Amino acid sequence: MTQKIGVKYQGFPSDEELAKIPGVPDAERIKRGPVAFIECAQEIPCNPCEEACPYGAIQVGKPITNLPKLDPKKCVGCGNCIAACPGLAIFVVNGSKDKAEISFPYEYYPLPEKGQIVDCVDRSGKTVTSGKVLRVIKSPKYDQTAVITVEVDQEYINVVRSIKRLGGPEHE
Amino acid sequence: MKTTEIAIIGAGPAGLSCAVEAAKAGAKVTLLDENLKPGGQLFKQIHKFFGSREHQAGTRGFRIGEQLLKETEELGVEVLLNAAVYGIYENKTLAYVKDGKDHALRAERIVIAAGASENALSFPGCTLPGVMGAGAAQTMINVHRVLPGKKILMVGSGNVGLIVSYQLMQAGAEVKALIEAAPQIGGYGVHAAKIRRAGVPIYVSTTIKEALGTEAVEGVVIHSLDEKWQPIPGTERTLDVDTICLAVGLSPLTELAWMAGCEFTFIPPLGGHVPIHDENMETTLPGIYVAGDITGVEEASSAMEEGRLAGVASAESLGYYDEDTAKRLKDEIWQRLNSLRTGPFGEGRFKAKIKQLQARRQLA
Repeated sequence: MTQKIGVKYQGFPSDEELAKIPGVPDAERIKRGPVAFIECAQEIPCNPCEEACPYGAIQVGKPITNLPKLDPKKCVGCGNCIAACPGLAIFVVNGSKDKAEISFPYEYYPLPEKGQIVDCVDRSGKTVTSGKVLRVIKSPKYDQTAVITVEVDQEYINVVRSIKRLGGPEHE
Repeated sequence: MKTTEIAIIGAGPAGLSCAVEAAKAGAKVTLLDENLKPGGQLFKQIHKFFGSREHQAGTRGFRIGEQLLKETEELGVEVLLNAAVYGIYENKTLAYVKDGKDHALRAERIVIAAGASENALSFPGCTLPGVMGAGAAQTMINVHRVLPGKKILMVGSGNVGLIVSYQLMQAGAEVKALIEAAPQIGGYGVHAAKIRRAGVPIYVSTTIKEALGTEAVEGVVIHSLDEKWQPIPGTERTLDVDTICLAVGLSPLTELAWMAGCEFTFIPPLGGHVPIHDENMETTLPGIYVAGDITGVEEASSAMEEGRLAGVASAESLGYYDEDTAKRLKDEIWQRLNSLRTGPFGEGRFKAKIKQLQARRQLA
């Protein structure tokens, strides 16, 4: 059977679905500096991201099932929304430097350490490249959701979305 | 005989919320639960909840439970634990077992918030140790801190299957795969995306053929289904697992409502037979209310809202709220409930709940 594409079949949004998300930052905006990348493709009743943004860059409004709409002009890429999203579906990407920086939520122990070289995975969990951990933020405000930033080659800026779990099966 | 004004059966999200609202109004409330600890399923929900600010979205479930417990304590709600209610008799008299002894409690109002139980699935090998409900596995890891196995197959892609898969990995297990008999993933895409990123394959149109093993689960054979849900020969695959978790739906725990004599209606999207109730969550028996999953399986946020509704309405019926205040409170709750029942995942439940309310009007 051929694999059908899309979040309903594969469990993660397809490129087409991602492109349809309101306010998804374009390549030019990503090159200018850090910006949120919201991967929330289904209308579910949820809005903590709206309140988490200190810059008013995320709008859900009413009904609460609206998809969050990002204003890439207002967004400064602070990353407050990353840990606020109960779906762990918000990332921050930064294409303004030599290497691409990707920040994502992470809720597994052990946490990686700053400077550690880690396997970086795409939306399907496949290891696509290795990257260096730049930051591991564990703020009490984030309530146990760590926000990790990795540095990878630019070509992976829209590909890498997490890291391979440390202490997972292969590491036993 | 022991007496109270409002007896609430079940100290889960619906029962606790109901207790808080009713006690806040001034009613004498007694909350009974068969477990040793209150909270129902809330204390094993370690993930951040969805919803809006009013639903404490972004707060982890167990923290919502802690908050509700604190409020019940501050409001002086009587909580009877290890107290299994086994009957509702005439004059709103409850019978329950506590500490090995039978007790009776006579109440002026009863709220049944008994929750739901996990559905089973039959397949060759389904009685082997290592086959368990996903909710049971979640209790083991998040409440008792025991890992049920190291290599898991999750069956069912509703939010329970997706969330428990994630939490099993957080607890240190490996989830080999998640399978779903339907052609599409049932739960939220964001929950699915979390486990995909963690490397868990999700196979739709796939079911269990058999569990392997003699003394315990040693593996599992899965196979694909065609459009008519029939197994496709030659698609069998064997996975190396020691645990099979079943997340194939929940059924409302309706026994007490049946026994009391509440009228029922059959609404499959809500989990089957559900007690008929009105906008106040009152059943066809005056003074007996229902709230939470017993009224139709949804999720914790809706259960809490229904609990609040039953709490306000039962307190109002005892004179603790005047009509205007009660109406304002109930309208607010209904607005929040309706907002939870919107969008592609909520509309089906919204329509089903309307049908349930219509069933009440047709009887009246």
